[in-house]
Amino acid sequence: MRALLLAVIAAAAGATAVAAEIAPADRRSGYDFAGPESREMQDDDAANPGMLGVLQGETLWATPAGTAGRSCADCHGDARAGMKGVAGRYPVFEPVLGRPLDLEMRINRCRTEHQGAAPFAWESEDLLALTVFVSHQSRGQAIAPGDGAELRPFVDLGSALFRRRQGQLNLSCSRCHDDNWGKRLAGAVIPQAHPTGYPVYRLEWQSLGSLQRRLRNCMIGVRAEPYEYGAPEAVALELYLMKRARGMPLETPAVRP
Amino acid sequence: MARVLINLPARAKRGEVIEIKTLIAHVMETGYRLGPTGVAIPRDIIQRFVCTYNGEKVFGAELYPAIAANPFIAFFTVATESGEIAFSWTDDRGQTQTEVRQITVE
Amino acid sequence: MDERSRERPTRRLVLLTTAGLGLAPFASLAFASPAAMEEAIRSLVGDAAVTRGRVKLELPPIVENGNTVPLTVTVDSPMSEADHVTAIHIFNEKNPQPYVAAFALGPRAGKAVVSTRIRLADSQQVTAIARLSDGSLWSDSADVIVTLAACAEG
Repeated sequence: MRALLLAVIAAAAGATAVAAEIAPADRRSGYDFAGPESREMQDDDAANPGMLGVLQGETLWATPAGTAGRSCADCHGDARAGMKGVAGRYPVFEPVLGRPLDLEMRINRCRTEHQGAAPFAWESEDLLALTVFVSHQSRGQAIAPGDGAELRPFVDLGSALFRRRQGQLNLSCSRCHDDNWGKRLAGAVIPQAHPTGYPVYRLEWQSLGSLQRRLRNCMIGVRAEPYEYGAPEAVALELYLMKRARGMPLETPAVRP
Repeated sequence: MARVLINLPARAKRGEVIEIKTLIAHVMETGYRLGPTGVAIPRDIIQRFVCTYNGEKVFGAELYPAIAANPFIAFFTVATESGEIAFSWTDDRGQTQTEVRQITVE
Repeated sequence: MDERSRERPTRRLVLLTTAGLGLAPFASLAFASPAAMEEAIRSLVGDAAVTRGRVKLELPPIVENGNTVPLTVTVDSPMSEADHVTAIHIFNEKNPQPYVAAFALGPRAGKAVVSTRIRLADSQQVTAIARLSDGSLWSDSADVIVTLAACAEG
């Protein structure tokens, strides 16, 4: 039933014209909308709290886990080389499951399939640490999710969800982030919503957090029921957002309010 | 052991004033936040930070719940001689974590 | 930090009134007040005079998020054996407690400059008081406007 509903939404999206995406020349990272102090915090690796997570991830990368007693390094080698350019391609299509996975899900899949270890809980410190460590290896690289045809229906779904009005406030993501970026919502400047620095150190959380967590925050903001972690809608939206941000450099770990 | 990031120069000239930046992973739970059942989450903060230089205290800080999570403290000290600069953080329970860095002073 | 411990259904019904400390407005707790800050400063300095000057307290005038506010305090001092800063105390008006931090310095500091990150529950005044080696007390205050983050768990 739900699959049918999602298919209908995606089909409807394909049928209607895509409401004005931001012109490539006008695209700005959330960094440009953040205050000077937040930007300074991000720019200084000695002061960026997200780097504590990177440090932790570096240790986890080399730590054997699970029944296989293997560490990430055992298969992937030195992350600096092996993981360069990886994060910018996510979410990627997983043929075995027939759907896209984001980086957190991929890491957990490695844990269960290749290390014989239990998956990390969503938003757990360890999962965030590994994800931020891996993503950090692509800092400065362009966001570039795949172009394969198998991803098309999921991109379309994500696009439709981005344009769908929802919640008690009856707002779509597009309404704020395509049509009103740069303007203020209460005291905060509305950014364009590009996932340029995830996992991000959000000052509101006083910790690192994933893109899925941030999207849940957005949905709570419009008083909508947020997607469960790992829900197909969440991953489709992530995929669409990465497509929408293609070419922009990754800043992980970014600092945002 | 909480994650720590310490930034200071490995070498300095005698008498040079160097900047030290420290970051430690800690939730700094205020004791005022209410948990899901409406009961306050107990306070758990780092109370004290001390920096010693070859055993002599050169900087200290008393911290309160108003200090943000993952406490960042940056300060200066004079590079007097080569040796060990030690950093210790003590929490509400009296547990201390210490990190040591070497400095070469010419 | 566990997201789940911050999500409580009742919070969604309440308009956000306090940033930073994740507090339910109806929680029965007394906030500090300008009077409480005054009292805290009084208990530190006693009857001694505190002169405005020599201290520079830097905070963003408009704070993006009250949970993490960068603060730098600088005291104009030669930091010599004879003339140096011994302590810097930071106070606030509207958090549950008036104390923020107290820093101990000495001639080995070289420069009386300290940076940290603090939490501010609301728009308010923050005060820094420095004690010098000759016993004199100097201060600076900064007024900050604290804005709420858009779209959060609560």
